[in-house]
Amino acid sequence: MLNSIKKTLTGVATAACMTALATGAPATAQAKTDLTMYYPIAVGGPLTTVIDGMVADFMKENPDINVSAIYAGNYNDARVKALAALSSGSPAQLSVMFSIDLYELIEQDAIVAFDDVVTTDEDKAWLKSFYPTLMENGVTGGKTWGIPFQRSTIVMYYNKDAFRAAGLDPDKAPATWDEMVDAGKKLTKSDGSQWGVMIPSTGYPYWMFGALTMQNNQVLMNPAGSKTHFDAPATIEALQFWKDLGAKDKIMPEGTIEWGTLRQNFLEGKTAIMWHSTGNLTTVKKSATFDFGVAMLPAKQRLGTPTGGGNFYIFKKTTPEERTAAMKLIKFMTSPDRSADWSIETGYMGVSQAAYDTPKLQEYVKGFPYAAVARDQLEFATAELSTYQTGRVRKALDDAIQAALTGSKSPEEALKEAQETADRLLKTYQ
Amino acid sequence: MYLSPNVMRHVHGWLLLTPAVILLVAFTHYPTVATVINSLYSKGTAIRPSRFVGLANYELMAEDPIFWKVLFNNMWFALGTIPTSIALAIVMALLVNRALPGRSFVRMAYFTPTVLPMIAVANIWLFFYSPDIGLIDNIAAWFGIPGHNWLGDPNTVLPAIIVMTIWKEAGFFMIFYLAALQHIPPELREAARLEGASRWYFFRRVLFPLLMPTTLFVLINAVLNSFKLVDHLFVLTKGGPDNASNLLLYYIFESAFSYFDTTYAATLTVLLLALLAVMALAQFFLLDRRIHYR
Repeated sequence: MLNSIKKTLTGVATAACMTALATGAPATAQAKTDLTMYYPIAVGGPLTTVIDGMVADFMKENPDINVSAIYAGNYNDARVKALAALSSGSPAQLSVMFSIDLYELIEQDAIVAFDDVVTTDEDKAWLKSFYPTLMENGVTGGKTWGIPFQRSTIVMYYNKDAFRAAGLDPDKAPATWDEMVDAGKKLTKSDGSQWGVMIPSTGYPYWMFGALTMQNNQVLMNPAGSKTHFDAPATIEALQFWKDLGAKDKIMPEGTIEWGTLRQNFLEGKTAIMWHSTGNLTTVKKSATFDFGVAMLPAKQRLGTPTGGGNFYIFKKTTPEERTAAMKLIKFMTSPDRSADWSIETGYMGVSQAAYDTPKLQEYVKGFPYAAVARDQLEFATAELSTYQTGRVRKALDDAIQAALTGSKSPEEALKEAQETADRLLKTYQ
Repeated sequence: MYLSPNVMRHVHGWLLLTPAVILLVAFTHYPTVATVINSLYSKGTAIRPSRFVGLANYELMAEDPIFWKVLFNNMWFALGTIPTSIALAIVMALLVNRALPGRSFVRMAYFTPTVLPMIAVANIWLFFYSPDIGLIDNIAAWFGIPGHNWLGDPNTVLPAIIVMTIWKEAGFFMIFYLAALQHIPPELREAARLEGASRWYFFRRVLFPLLMPTTLFVLINAVLNSFKLVDHLFVLTKGGPDNASNLLLYYIFESAFSYFDTTYAATLTVLLLALLAVMALAQFFLLDRRIHYR
C-alpha cells in the first residue's frame, strides 16, 4: 500500500499531488526512491552490522534514496526470498545472490543485464574495472548480469604451532598434493586428537571439488553452462584423491566433514589444515589462540580454486528511476574504498585492483599479508560450477561426491552416474 | 422486504459459518486443489511456458531413485521415532505423576526440549554430534572409544537424527499422558492393590487401556510429525550424505526452491497428502473401534 502510494508519487505529477493531498503525505517525499535489497551471509560472524553500516553511509551521501537492506539467510534462502518477493508482486529492486544463480535467474526472466542499464561511457568503463576472473560467473551470452561483491576463493588455513610440533617448517605451507599428504601424515596423531587436513564436504561439496579438479587441470563445465565434465578422467582422479585422504592416507576423518563446524574444529586444534572460504579469514584471525598461516591451495598439475560468493543483481521489474538508484548503490558498495573496508572487516576479496591500491588496504596487507592470498590466487582461479538447471546438476555432483567419500560408491561409478544425470537435465540446452 | 424466519435462520447460520469457511477454503481446500492441478503441468520458465502433461510428473516420480530413497528414509524415520518416543513419554509421565522430590523440576526438565525451536535444537545437536570436538565423542573418549563421524556416515546419520527427534518429542507427548493420568480415579489403583494385582499387571490391564484415547491422539500427531518435521535437516545435514538422511518434505522443499521445479514439488506433495490421509483414516477406523472411551 505504502509502496504503491510512493510509486504514484514519483509518477504522474498531478496524480501525485492529489494522492499527497488525499493521504496528507508531505510533498517533500516526492523525490525519494525506495530500494529493497536482499543479501545473504554464508560464513557467519557479525557481517550484518558491516552491511548495515555501509548502507547507512550510502543513505547519508544520497538522501534522495532510501534503502532497506534485508538479511536473508544463506545463499539458498536469499534466492528463495528474493524470488518469492518477486512473484508476490512486492519485489525487491536489487539483491546480492549467489554468483552461480545466474542461469536460473535468466531463465526465470528475473534479472536485467547491466549492459541494458548503463548508458554513459564512464559506466561502461566501470563494468570493466573488476577482476576479470570474478566476472566469469556474472557474464554469459556476451552480457554482464552480476557485479561482484562478496567474493571469495578457497584458501588453506594451517596451524603453525602444530607444524612446529610435528617438525615441519611453519613458514612453508604444503604446495603440492604430495607435500600436503606427507605433511598430513606427520600432523595426524594416532589417538585421533589431531587430524592432518579437513576439506568440508557438506554445504558446498561441489565448490571444494571445483578446486581439486582445477588443480588437476580440469574444469567442471563449459562456459555456456550447458555441458558438464563430471566423468572426465582428471575429475575422477581428483575425487579419488579426496577420498584417499580419509580412506588410504588416514589424514582426514572418513565420511563427510561438516561445513558449519569446520572452523570450530580448526580453532580447537582438531585439524592442522583446513580448506575454507577466505570469508572466514577475519573471524579466524580474531579467534585463533595459536599462530596460524594462510596459503594458496596446493597444486597437482597446476594451482587452482574456484571463485565463490555473491554478486549484485538488478531485477527486471523495476522502473528506470529505481534502476538508476540501484546502480548508484551498487557502485557505492563496490567502490575501491568500500571494497577495501569490506575486505578488511570480513576477509572477502577486494573486487578490483583499485581496491587493493587504496592506502588502507595496502597498509592492512602490509601488517597482515594473508589478506592478499585470495587475491594472489585469483590468477589461477576459475568460475564456480554453474549451469542451467543448476540446482539439480549441482545436487547430482554433491550426491556423487558424498557417495564416494562415504564409500557407498566408487568415485568412478558415482561420477559417471552424476554425468548421466547432468546430461539428461541439460539435453535441451545444448 | 419480508423474509421468512426459516430463510433468516439459514442466512444467519451461513453468516456465522463464513469466517471459518473463508479460512478453510483459502488455506486448506484451495491450496490442495491447486496442488493437484499443478502436478499435472510441466515446469514453466519464462522461455518455455508450462503446459498440460497429464500424469507425466507421476511417471517421473516413480522412476526417480531419490524419491524412493527419501520415501524409505521417511518410513524408517517414522518407525524409529514413533514407538520409542511414545513409550518414553508414558514412562516419563508415570514417573512424574507420583510424589517425587523436586517433581516440578523433573517435569520441567522433561518438557524443556519441546519448548525449544527445532532449529535451535538442531544447532545444539550439531555440536553434540560433531566428530572429536562434540559432546558425544568427548564422553566416549573417557571410555577410550574412538570418535565417530555421526552425521558424516550414511549408516549412522539417520539413527542420529532419530535420537535427536525422540529427545525433542517425547516430552511433548508426556504432557498429554500426564494430563490423562491425572484423570484416572485413584480408587482403581486402590482396588487393584486390594485384589493383589502387581504393578505391571495394573498398568497392562487397567492404566494402558484407559490411556488408549490419548495414545490414539498422540499416535496421529507422531505420525504427522514424522512427515512434517524437517527443520533440523536444514541445519544438520541438508539431507546428506548422498541423501542418506533426506526426508520427503525436505525433498519437496529442494524440488520447489532449489530446483524451481514447482510442478514436481506439487506431485510429491500430492503423494504426501495421500499418504497422510490414508494413515490418519486407518488409525481412526482401525484403532478407534478398539478404544474404550469413558
